[in-house]
Amino acid sequence: MINLISKFTKVLINGNKYYILWVTFLLVLVLIGLHAYSRQLIYGLYTTGMGDEVSWGFYIANFAFLVGMAAAAVMIVIPVYIFKDKDVKKIVIFAELFAIAAVIMCLSFVLIDLGRIDRMWHLIPIIGIFHWPESMLTWDVIVLNGYLFINIFVCFYFLYKKYHNQEPKTWIYLSVVFLSIIWAPSIHTVTAFLFQGLGGRPFWHSPLIAPRFLSSAFSAGPAFILIVLILLDKFKAIHISEHTIKRIRQIVTICLLINIFFFFSEVFADLYMPTSHSINLAFLLGVKGKSILTPWIRLSVALSIIAAIMFLTPKLMKNNVFVVIACILTDIGIWLEKGLGFVIPGFIPTPLGDFVQYKPTFNEVLITISVWAGGLLLYTILVKIALPIINGEIRKE
Amino acid sequence: MGDNKNKLSRREFLTAAGIGAATCVASAAAISPLLKLTNKFSLEEFLQKNYRELTPEDKKRIFKRLEREISKKYGVKAKISDPPPLKGVKYAMVINVGRCIGCRKCVYACMKENNNSRSPQVQYIRVMRMEKGKIDLETAVHDYPESEAGQTDKYWYMPVQCHQCEDPPCVKVCPVSATWKEPDGIVVVDYNWCIGCRYCLAACPYYGRRFNWAEPQIPKNELNPDMAYLSNRPRYKGNAEKCTFCLQRTRNGRYTACVEACPTGARKFGNLLDAESEVRKIIDKERVFILKEELNTIPKMYYVFSKA
Repeated sequence: MINLISKFTKVLINGNKYYILWVTFLLVLVLIGLHAYSRQLIYGLYTTGMGDEVSWGFYIANFAFLVGMAAAAVMIVIPVYIFKDKDVKKIVIFAELFAIAAVIMCLSFVLIDLGRIDRMWHLIPIIGIFHWPESMLTWDVIVLNGYLFINIFVCFYFLYKKYHNQEPKTWIYLSVVFLSIIWAPSIHTVTAFLFQGLGGRPFWHSPLIAPRFLSSAFSAGPAFILIVLILLDKFKAIHISEHTIKRIRQIVTICLLINIFFFFSEVFADLYMPTSHSINLAFLLGVKGKSILTPWIRLSVALSIIAAIMFLTPKLMKNNVFVVIACILTDIGIWLEKGLGFVIPGFIPTPLGDFVQYKPTFNEVLITISVWAGGLLLYTILVKIALPIINGEIRKE
Repeated sequence: MGDNKNKLSRREFLTAAGIGAATCVASAAAISPLLKLTNKFSLEEFLQKNYRELTPEDKKRIFKRLEREISKKYGVKAKISDPPPLKGVKYAMVINVGRCIGCRKCVYACMKENNNSRSPQVQYIRVMRMEKGKIDLETAVHDYPESEAGQTDKYWYMPVQCHQCEDPPCVKVCPVSATWKEPDGIVVVDYNWCIGCRYCLAACPYYGRRFNWAEPQIPKNELNPDMAYLSNRPRYKGNAEKCTFCLQRTRNGRYTACVEACPTGARKFGNLLDAESEVRKIIDKERVFILKEELNTIPKMYYVFSKA
């Protein structure tokens, strides 16, 4: 055991200067956020930009986006096992490790959003009161924790076997992987249901929300994984074939196009013959009144369209630099749309027609950044430990 | 073999230990503001069960503790009661918008009666100043200056508060059942069980719920010492609250504070199940309407246009 710890400590503290800089940078951000969160605990959520009118903000916005990123890990898994795509197989582990980090970020965002974190135990079945099946939030607790558990198991089992120089037992590995394939869309569907089930909020009360959540997730998630893989390949940490990149790129492109289509479908339904229920979207887009999110959402649409055009231009896709740029545009575009661009407009106007604008406070932004930094730090550490095991540099003697 | 390769060198060991120690010290420094919190923690409060799982003895003990805490904080001797719902009663309210002059006396009477936080200010009732010829909330204004109240020739006024729905979305979405509908139809919150997720605020179509974003502040001399556990006792930072039809009064046969405060008699309150009650007579004889009836939450707040 001590031997094992010292092996991994060795791996973690030895890296090139970029690695050291990156980890230090993230660690500092986490600590700053921890300080900001302490302030929030003492003075209450008053330290955020939220209020009775816009009662969810930056935290829940990032939560909604990250649930999608976590779910999207499965899009990498599907081609491997369903289409028997052997070449993509070896990179599955990176997607699943990311799913772990993303789900932990999701859970953190929900927890920091609670007014009474000290009463969190009320949410634990049996000890507390679990209002299941009525409350969609309880469903979310189940699917998110289940997904986290599944992914931890898959990753641990895979790395454990590799470490012991054995091949993972196909039936164990496969059955859990299939479970995760079924499970992954559920976390995003349930999160979408959390919003679209609310009859009093016309902006969210649309059957297209869950499909939109899935299409945006399945483009943003694989786009992020593609960036990671191209970077790992560049730093010679692992070799990624052209075929793998192409396969993931196709997934991103198709889902991105579907997502843009869904968005315009929703805009059309709301704005062709505007009803009183169209007001949230009209306000968001700046068609009627002007939200401070108007430039935000317009930028989101622009970035998505530019990324789609880039993905559809074969000449550009020959160069990995452009692939990475298109992926970054996709991720930013969808973060803008699925984050604040989705959560905040549901509250504006309020059910009593009040147009209250929302802006996160500095403290709120620091906390949000720190959750992201914490998640990326966790992912960095997981990848750093996994790499030598996958490449066969660390083995049990 | 491999021993030397895998063993940490002296330098590496010191580096790892140094990083670990530095991270611990820095984390402790980062969370140091939390030291201010330690004196407030109470294990008994932490472990307290949901109101509906409490035995009569539990309640007695908890009410005593809360009374002690309140008298310590406000220097006022408070009494926390727990009036049970009356049998055969379903409360309802009718607001005659033909009579409402938008003076907002109800808003402030409610805030005082219910020990709502004054800073930041928490109000349960919102009076909407509507444009003539419309029932459009988007063009309505709620923060009109006091001088613009009573201008019934230009506007009409519609107070909105919790509609005490028979099928309340807020109750459905609560993940921990910290809120529920009582047998007399009043939707209540256990302020000691709510985790502060604010899903109920998102679910409510009537903007009936409020959240304590900061520690509630009430001047000592304004505290109403006549309290009930499920309604007007002081609230905590970080939990949701709402109008409870003043159950500390109404379950003891009195009117709500808003009904009492209304100078024009625009508000009527009573038992929906009693055919002789004032509210039933109005509902039976007048033309009443329900706000956002299409959402089918079956509110027990009725509006009526009537000059009389």
